[in-house]
Amino acid sequence: MSNWVEVGKLEDIPALGARIVKNGETDIAVFRNANDEVFALNDSCPHKQGKLSQGIVHGQTVTCPLHNWKIDLASGEAQAPDEGCTGHYETKVENGVIFIDV
Amino acid sequence: MKQKLVVIGNGMAGMRTVEELLKIAPEKFDITVFGAEPYGNYNRILLSPVLAGEKGIDDIMLNDLQWYADNNITLHKGVKVTDVDRSACKVIGDDGTEAEYDRLLIATGSEPFIIPVPGKDLPGVISFRDIHDVDMMLEAAKNKKKAVVIGGGLLGLEAANGLMKQGMDVTVIHLMDWLMERQMDPVSGEMLKKSLEEQGMKFKLKASTSEILGKDEVEGIKFADGSELDADIVVMAVGIRPNIELGKKIGLHCERGIVVDDTLQTYDPKIYAIGECVQHRGETYGLVAPLFEMAKVCANHLAEFGIGKYEGSVTSTKLKVTGIDLFSAGDFMGDDTTEDIVVRDASRGIYKKIVIRDDRIIGAVLYGDTIDGAWYFQLMREATNVSDIRDALMFGQGHLGDSGHGGNVVADMTDDTEICGCNGVTKGEVVEAISKNGLFTLEEVRAHTKASSSCGSCTGLVEQLLEFTLGSDYEAPEAAPLCGCTNHTHDQVREEIRKQKLTSIDSVFKTLNWKTDNGCAACRMAVNYYLISTWPKEAQDDPQSRFINERAHANIQKDGTYSVIPRMWGGMTTPKELRAIANAAEKYDLETVHVTGGQRIGLYGISKEQLPLIWKDLNEEGLVSGHAYGKALRTVKTCVGKEWCRFGTQDSTGLGIKLEQMSWGSWMPHKFKMAASGCPRNCAEATIKDFGVVCVDSGYELHIGGNGGIKVRATDLLCNVETEEEVLEYAAAFVQLYREEARYLERTAPWIERVGFSYVKENIVDNAEKRKELAERFKYSQEVTRSQVDPWTERSINGVEAYEFTPLKVIG
Ligand code: SRM
Ligand SMILES: Cc1cc2nc3c(=O)[nH]c(=O)nc-3n(C[C@H](O)[C@H](O)[C@H](O)COP(=O)(O)OP(=O)(O)OC[C@H]3O[C@@H](n4cnc5c(N)ncnc54)[C@H](O)[C@@H]3O)c2cc1C
Ligand code: SF4
Ligand code: FES
Repeated sequence: MSNWVEVGKLEDIPALGARIVKNGETDIAVFRNANDEVFALNDSCPHKQGKLSQGIVHGQTVTCPLHNWKIDLASGEAQAPDEGCTGHYETKVENGVIFIDV
Repeated sequence: MKQKLVVIGNGMAGMRTVEELLKIAPEKFDITVFGAEPYGNYNRILLSPVLAGEKGIDDIMLNDLQWYADNNITLHKGVKVTDVDRSACKVIGDDGTEAEYDRLLIATGSEPFIIPVPGKDLPGVISFRDIHDVDMMLEAAKNKKKAVVIGGGLLGLEAANGLMKQGMDVTVIHLMDWLMERQMDPVSGEMLKKSLEEQGMKFKLKASTSEILGKDEVEGIKFADGSELDADIVVMAVGIRPNIELGKKIGLHCERGIVVDDTLQTYDPKIYAIGECVQHRGETYGLVAPLFEMAKVCANHLAEFGIGKYEGSVTSTKLKVTGIDLFSAGDFMGDDTTEDIVVRDASRGIYKKIVIRDDRIIGAVLYGDTIDGAWYFQLMREATNVSDIRDALMFGQGHLGDSGHGGNVVADMTDDTEICGCNGVTKGEVVEAISKNGLFTLEEVRAHTKASSSCGSCTGLVEQLLEFTLGSDYEAPEAAPLCGCTNHTHDQVREEIRKQKLTSIDSVFKTLNWKTDNGCAACRMAVNYYLISTWPKEAQDDPQSRFINERAHANIQKDGTYSVIPRMWGGMTTPKELRAIANAAEKYDLETVHVTGGQRIGLYGISKEQLPLIWKDLNEEGLVSGHAYGKALRTVKTCVGKEWCRFGTQDSTGLGIKLEQMSWGSWMPHKFKMAASGCPRNCAEATIKDFGVVCVDSGYELHIGGNGGIKVRATDLLCNVETEEEVLEYAAAFVQLYREEARYLERTAPWIERVGFSYVKENIVDNAEKRKELAERFKYSQEVTRSQVDPWTERSINGVEAYEFTPLKVIG
């Protein structure tokens, strides 16, 4: 069952940037890329739990601030040669409002 | 009327002489050349890489047919000279061609030595001397499997390596106990054998060939002990013999070679001889370096300038097998009257041996690490007394002197150090050619000086010299692109930003055809820096192209919390500031309070949301960001100086504060640290800072380019100045030069090593106008970027980028 939750407006996140949504104990990192697509990942790098929300967004990827792993925004998968995956959430943007399926 | 010069032999020595002659007396002779091989002049040395498939024939041509035409040289290629009529001064070729001469130059080279065993003439027995031989080997490698190479010397091993690269199963047969016994001692010979074995080469040492087996072509080889080995081809590489067939036939005085004097003249005054075919002072040579030395002298005498004597050569050897580094020179075996210094590190595959007699190096063998070969060779040839540097000798030239680390090998060489052993080109000649002729590339240096144009093993040194001489103008030929998103190098990107006045990341990416839409974490940060440092007023800073630390103005820690380190100007603080820090630490319940290595206090374990709060508290007590997170000015470390210290000569503390106030907040290619010590006891460690001041009675010593980090580098002394104003001006100019020219993430130490200390000195010290302009530009940039507006205040009190510090939403 989908559980779409409104988390804020597209313009609240800088292009090529990220914000956090606090969901109880977990932080969800919500990213906006250059094409105004929005992605949501667990804010925890599969390497050593670096905060991906603090990384640098490029294309459909975020580079982790701690040791530069590159994580795919859509799937949460680390880019080869690194291996690992952090959980991802479905997102949608309607009339400039962001929803996440938590 | 022009005189006639005829050259017999179209090889390396003969044509080098002609080239030298054209340089000094282009109009003197009508030149005719006979060459038995059907080509222009090629680089015989590089036959090995051709055989190994690393180069093609076209790559090794030195002078193509056009060159002969351009220089009005008549070339009879594929014509072997069979006779010379010395009384009529006439040369006769095997096709009947005749040519008259006023001067004759014989440069017939050597012939491979073929051991006189039964079967030596069978098809499939090949020597290794010319293009034809290489063609035969390449052809054989296509459909034959087993190769036997007779001879474990330089030539044999290069042949074996090449055949192996072509996919053949290769066994090297060697008569002696170890490989390359004329260049290596038993230990290094054994190491070489092991490395080659690891690559798949097989060996049979102490083996004497008695017969080559086969009916219509080679089938195998038989040894003196009766054993046999299968073979589809046999390569004979046991040595060379000076080719004196013609010399003898026409009655020139010959022993092992055609005998010449110190002007390369034979016993017939009209006839000169040069190259491997000659014997000079009892020696014959088999390497190009001596031939090229001869060529210079010979050309000089042909031109009738009459200066210059050839007095023999000391040679050194390198093996051209990719992945194997070896160097050998002189008497490397030693005897009762010599001492050895030996370093052996088997696990790293390194062996170095220097042989010393009477405090002078007389020979060396290096295996695995040959970087200091040129230096030892130099010390050896100049018979330098090495007793003073004996304990440092083995660590190499980079470890001499007081800078301790990171020595630039070429920078330390004297001008007469030989860079290119093949062509006898010294550092001084290369440097002069570069600066006089405005050379920028390896190719140009090769063309102008010949350095690195023969065996190529000094290419690295020549590149370093280019770098050393040109400074930031030099682009290494394969200079790495900034990152995978572009083919442009750091310097090219910055140059385009400057030339085309690009002021945003998007425009850079568009104009320079970036391969990715928004770059990556590496290039975005670099480009952002180049933009704001080039166009401080016009460029748009892009927070999303800053590393999190510079975006959030605090340093991210491994658990995702942040550190806060307030500025303590020149390492000074007050009870009030300390109280404010103590209060903040208690209020936010911080686990760690640490006195940093930069004379201030670090607070750790602050969550991102708390950052604006703690900053506000600290700001209210007058504390501002210490930029401990930035590619920016970090700290200015000071000692108490003349205020208190009984040795202090100047107010180092006050000066440190002024330096910090002048430059804080400025963005730089990398972090930048300063220090000011009150006297040469140097308690503030100014000589490992990017910019350091050591106060002395007469004023201030300014030091630059130090680094206490990963690779320690002591500073270079820039100059002495008398007043604080001058210190500030020099500091500003230096910072600005660094900001404008260093590559992103390059600290001052590697930058200075790259561009050369003298380059920096010229700009800052020798050229007062330039210094003032630089200092002006620094001031301008500090003003227009509002860099000295505290980023903490902006964010904690003025609400800048508030989104950075608050969650988008709290749910669940
Ligand atoms: C805080 C401090 C350690 C301490 O608690 O004492 C420190 C902490 C870090 N240093 Fe340092 N360095 C600190 C003084 C030094 C010093 C000593 C000095 O400045 O006198 C050095 C050697 C001197 C020098 O730089 O030449 C030093 C050489 C490095 C290096 C190696 C730099 C190099 O060029 O080789 C790095 C790595 C880098 O920058 O890439 C580094 C990197 C780091 C980083 C930034 C690593 C990182 O990216 O997270 C650490 C940040 C921790 C943090 O959040 O505070 N730190 N670091 C010191 C801060 C001083 C300050 O008040 O700002
Ligand atoms: C595979 C290989 C690798 C080598 N590697 C190195 C190295 O790494 N470093 C180094 O310093 N040296 C090396 N050498 C040695 C170097 O190539 C020689 O020292 C150099 O080429 C000798 O030059 P030369 O002009 O005396 O003889 P050559 O270059 O042999 O030229 C002599 C020319 O004269 C021609 N000729 C002979 N007789 C007649 C005649 N009667 N009429 C017309 N033409 C005639 C020959 O065909 C030949 O073309 C290597 C040699 C080989 C074969
Ligand atoms: S030396 Fe510097 S970089 Fe290394 S752990 Fe300590 S603070 Fe961190
Ligand atoms: S924690 Fe992300 S790369 Fe190490």
